[in-house]
Amino acid sequence: MLRHLISAADLSRDDAVLILDTAEEMARVADRPIKKLPTLRGRTVVNLFFEDSTRTRISFEAAEKRLSADVINFTAKGSSVSKGESLKDTAQTLEAMGVDAVVIRHGASGAPYRLATSGWIDAAVINAGDGTHQHPTQALLDAFTMRRRLVGRDTGLGRDLAGRRITIVGDILHSRVARSNVDLLHTLGAQVTLVAPPTLVPVGVERWPCDVSYDIDTVLPGSDAVMMLRVQRERMNAAYFPTEREYARRYGLNGDRMARMPGHAIVMHPGPMVRGMEITAEVADSDRCTALEQVTNGVSIRMAVLYLLLGGNEPAVTHTRTEEK
Amino acid sequence: MSKILIRGARVLGGDPQDVLIDGGTIAAVGTGLTAGDATVVEAAGQVLLPGLVDLHTHLREPGREDSETVLTGTRAAAVGGFTAVHAMANTFPVADTAGVVEQVWRLGREHGYCDVQPVGAVTVGLEGKQLAELGAMHDSAAGVMVFSDDGKCVDDAVIMRRALEYVKAFGGVVAQHAQEPRLTEGAQMNEGVVSAELGLGGWPAVAEESIIARDVLLAAHVGSRIHICHLSTAGSVEIVRWAKSKGWDVTAEVTPHHLLLTDELVRSYDPVYKVNPPLRTEADVLALREALADGTIDCVATDHAPHPHEDKDCEWAAAAMGMVGLETALSVVQHTMVDSGLLDWAQVADRMSFRPARIGRLAGHGRPVSEGEPANLTLVDAAYRGEVDPAGFASRSRNTPYRGRELPGRVTHTWLRGRATVVDGKLV
Repeated sequence: MLRHLISAADLSRDDAVLILDTAEEMARVADRPIKKLPTLRGRTVVNLFFEDSTRTRISFEAAEKRLSADVINFTAKGSSVSKGESLKDTAQTLEAMGVDAVVIRHGASGAPYRLATSGWIDAAVINAGDGTHQHPTQALLDAFTMRRRLVGRDTGLGRDLAGRRITIVGDILHSRVARSNVDLLHTLGAQVTLVAPPTLVPVGVERWPCDVSYDIDTVLPGSDAVMMLRVQRERMNAAYFPTEREYARRYGLNGDRMARMPGHAIVMHPGPMVRGMEITAEVADSDRCTALEQVTNGVSIRMAVLYLLLGGNEPAVTHTRTEEK
Repeated sequence: MSKILIRGARVLGGDPQDVLIDGGTIAAVGTGLTAGDATVVEAAGQVLLPGLVDLHTHLREPGREDSETVLTGTRAAAVGGFTAVHAMANTFPVADTAGVVEQVWRLGREHGYCDVQPVGAVTVGLEGKQLAELGAMHDSAAGVMVFSDDGKCVDDAVIMRRALEYVKAFGGVVAQHAQEPRLTEGAQMNEGVVSAELGLGGWPAVAEESIIARDVLLAAHVGSRIHICHLSTAGSVEIVRWAKSKGWDVTAEVTPHHLLLTDELVRSYDPVYKVNPPLRTEADVLALREALADGTIDCVATDHAPHPHEDKDCEWAAAAMGMVGLETALSVVQHTMVDSGLLDWAQVADRMSFRPARIGRLAGHGRPVSEGEPANLTLVDAAYRGEVDPAGFASRSRNTPYRGRELPGRVTHTWLRGRATVVDGKLV
């Protein structure tokens, strides 16, 4: 396993499948009366959040606590960062307190990479989302959700997503989720198609391991999973698209469009969902929408990543069952 | 002032000759020269060039003396073989008045390592709204001839037109930092394959090229001179080539780092590579080299941009843009242009001394190495190979991308009006 998790592109197929398999074991913990493992007892993990993200922070915190780690939450707002302290100083201060891992969310692309490679700290670094760059645990939880739904919870163990057709719709340009998913899904053997207005497709996307379409209606019938991305309303001021109404008409997922998807196909969303624009309530509330499952799976995936990065040499399940005796 | 005899140097890379300096002037150039009372500098195999002239240096004084001062910056310039530098106007306060430009000019004179020719701001406070007192800066002791809002683009076409027209009265030139502001909002690196992967805001080539296209047309329309700062794209080269083919008075510069480094390096997220304009692609680098070789690009300018360690030892987005360049410029040019056969040393003298001095209308610099000319000279050991060690830099800042990289060439001596500022690679 890697020492840090910065980018989904850093994961080999075997690494990724190991994380997904380990997450299945971790998911079983959630079915127990006491949802806790002693795995990271005595280890300290800092959640270093320079950017607001309640759901990701809580997800990591839940994962850390289920593994019995000591957890320190650090938010930039109201901290020494707001008094001008640099990332380097903040990180070094935390490391001086004996931190084993840093989970970092930062508005600047590359900040976790700098933290991991600059020599400022020795702790393991887990990227919890950086700018418009990467959000690898989101991609892993998405892949986990797809594998469970499209391959099967038990039958999926040890398997990847070879041959599955995944469509990602929306603001690709500003989406770290899209970048991470393209990298990881490609590694796992899936065929990815990005759908967006041309203004929201990055220059250079032709080098990415995916297809690009501007027409959602031609792509949906061949999709096993359709991942809708959040469209930020402030983008409208920058003229990425004319109006919310036009966006919804051309790229929104509504009941009619969902009906054209294959029967087994699922609808995904990393949340928070903007209902009415990128996704209608009818779709969001349907059985085919996995948004809440993705949240649940996020905890299992983050448990698996923390476990593996912080020295989990033995299979998690064996270790777990030993502790139960 | 005593006499100096430089013995056996390859003047502009030609056959070995002797050069006798007497006072501030070259007294003789020939073979077998003698002068009993002269200090002799054995220069066999070394290349003697006219003192280098930089059209684009940031000295940071006044205002950011933690990065650089006129003293430390001119010491760095001397080490790099420069005898004159143009100091950019984006200081604090901005060099937009006669008082500030005179201050910088006087500091250069007092320290004596290198002539400092201040660049005046085009607009008040570099804000792009109101013309600065261009005439007063020209009429000051500093005699400003080059005006630039460098760091910012004069993006208002009317202001640009007026500036171009106004400086015609005294033969000045406007040096444009070509960056369309709306197209580069939030931009942090070259827009392309790498920016898309890294999730860094893209800086499209067209943001530079569209401004250059507009400005060469404006300059032609009003019949004025325009100089384009730090060209970075193949498209920019094509526009300048086209403008020159029309006979318009357009000149352009390229930095050493744009001749060598590409945006692939940004994959490290190391802010040492964060620079404005951004590092571009391999195809751009090759086009820039070709254009410098064929004269489309007139000169090399360092865009020496010193920053303190803490401004670079941080995440990419928070880091300052720019890199130091005075002390490595000639080595990078030798590496990219001379050793590859694109330029000979006479052409290096043209691109790094004659032409920049001519563009800046800088008397006493960029002159031939011949009898009666000012003794502004640089002696280069072109056979030298060594790793760059910023710890030894004379600049106050160390933000170089070449740390530990082997580069050729070493300036062994620099003379400013006959006075040695660097001897055996060491400041005097």
